[in-house]
Amino acid sequence: MTATRTFGTYGGRYVPETLIPALDELERGWREAQADPAFRAELDDLLATYAGRPTPLTRAGRFAPAKRLYLKREDLLHTGAHKLNNALGQVVLARRLGKQRILAETGAGQHGVATATVCARFGLQCVVYMGSEDMRRQKPNVERMRLLGAEVVPVEFGTRTLKEATSEAIRDWIANVEDSYYLIGSCVGPSPYPEIVRELQRVIGREAREQILAAEGRLPDAVVACVGGGSNAIGAFYDFIPDEDVRLVGVEAAGAASLGTGRPGVLHGARSSVLADDDGQIVDAHSISAGLDYPGVGPEHAWLRDSGRAHYVTATDADALAAFHRLCATEGIVPALESSHALARALDLDAELIVVCLSGRGDKDLAEVPAR
Amino acid sequence: MSPNGGKKLVVYLMAGPGTPELAQAAVEAGADAIEFGIPFSDPLADGPVIRRAGERALAQGMRPGRCLEQLADIRARVDVPLIPMTYASILEAYGWDRFAADASAAGATSLIVVDLPADDQPDLRRVQLVAPTSTDERLRAAAEATDGWLYVVTVTGTTGARAELAPTLAPLAERVRRLTDVPLYAGFGISTPGHARAAAELVDGVVVGSKAVETAEEGPGALAAFVGSLRAALD
Repeated sequence: MTATRTFGTYGGRYVPETLIPALDELERGWREAQADPAFRAELDDLLATYAGRPTPLTRAGRFAPAKRLYLKREDLLHTGAHKLNNALGQVVLARRLGKQRILAETGAGQHGVATATVCARFGLQCVVYMGSEDMRRQKPNVERMRLLGAEVVPVEFGTRTLKEATSEAIRDWIANVEDSYYLIGSCVGPSPYPEIVRELQRVIGREAREQILAAEGRLPDAVVACVGGGSNAIGAFYDFIPDEDVRLVGVEAAGAASLGTGRPGVLHGARSSVLADDDGQIVDAHSISAGLDYPGVGPEHAWLRDSGRAHYVTATDADALAAFHRLCATEGIVPALESSHALARALDLDAELIVVCLSGRGDKDLAEVPAR
Repeated sequence: MSPNGGKKLVVYLMAGPGTPELAQAAVEAGADAIEFGIPFSDPLADGPVIRRAGERALAQGMRPGRCLEQLADIRARVDVPLIPMTYASILEAYGWDRFAADASAAGATSLIVVDLPADDQPDLRRVQLVAPTSTDERLRAAAEATDGWLYVVTVTGTTGARAELAPTLAPLAERVRRLTDVPLYAGFGISTPGHARAAAELVDGVVVGSKAVETAEEGPGALAAFVGSLRAALD
């Protein structure tokens, strides 16, 4: 049914038959949860008393003296990144569905940490797949996940990064679909995951919109966010979509620009814009930032790109590193390398009043960042 | 197609330089059909053996065009159904209709797209898959849409050899049988003559994949011996 292609020609459910009934069950459970005020109330309480919402909006006056640039501080959320918004929401959903075993993939480790955290909080079994290359470059997060009681399974083949970790998590889900919940970390994957993740991350843009109106008395000229799979970006953008004068700018890693240089293709259960060759084989992405090092992107971003409502640009490793150091030195904030891509393009964006989603903090990246 | 017994044996082989010769050996040893793997970089339904075979095939340059040439080569050698098996991304890039036409011209009998649900691309004729998790409603839809026979996935899991025939096959076969008369071929996890014999008591045929791919690495002689042992178990 093309009805499951939620976002124009993008989206869908390109997965083996074994998973389709589980996706139907997930979709039913999600609709019921959304219609149930108790679900929203439980989640809002957790977001406020456990996660630390609302997160502040911080003016970065020394970072961007020629602009009025504000940072939406998802780095201050418990576990240090926006990923917790999604992990909390999905684990509450998983509990409603009666699942005891939670599966996740992780790239930078932030989603893995968020998932391990909520599993510890609710006493659920947690298995996280992670590429061995990412385990090397994001070692502190591996240690955090293990401290939190998660089993971290190294993925030793292919790119040894997020792409293969996601494939292995899905294969585990296929084998254990009766008792396991796949807690996907970004707005990718088969329907209804992209919609679920967007709805759980929307809180970023909803708060930022209110906060910028309170601070400046008007809407921003632009909202800027980094895009790997695209969950912090879709969350930051979504409530601004009806505000047609607000530019929505997604920043991809130059070596992993699924929207900038990709083509329509199918990866991890969805049709979207992917880095693939002429034959449809997925090609390797490259980024210094493990969280952006992914050859696919959420189908809703492909749709927003095609419709012209959002624009997607790129930042190189060097651009991101420069912005990383600049934010450290000028604001006393250590950003994640992922978020540093958004900071880099926000600096030279032709706009005055800008909100940047600072999606995570950079402690995890210190080993990868050359000292200056 | 089998001279006796009537239970069908489908052997899966991954595209590769030696595949035409292997396919011929398999058919001569008693395979009733060949499932022909066209490799994809991210095969979600496959366990390690077929995933690695796909990686090798890609490294050997087995692009879809070359795979179809090879299919034509196999078609020149054998007279049994040849069923390409691949993933949606490959067809999306090649063009759904164009692939169906080119595969058919190369001698393909049908097609399997393992990550394409029955309700997507409804006009593309293909063998549909059902799994132990499929609802009766989905079983019925797959049976109605399928091209010739229904691929009954024995396990909730990926492809790959297992110690025992999955206990999920019997209840699934029984459920499907009540809903349709189309032939049922069981696959995933069938790797020994004993599995094949046990499965054949429940369904009309079996598909042997990972173990065939593994054995094929030892050459056509080894594959023929393995296929012969499966044939003997089915007859």
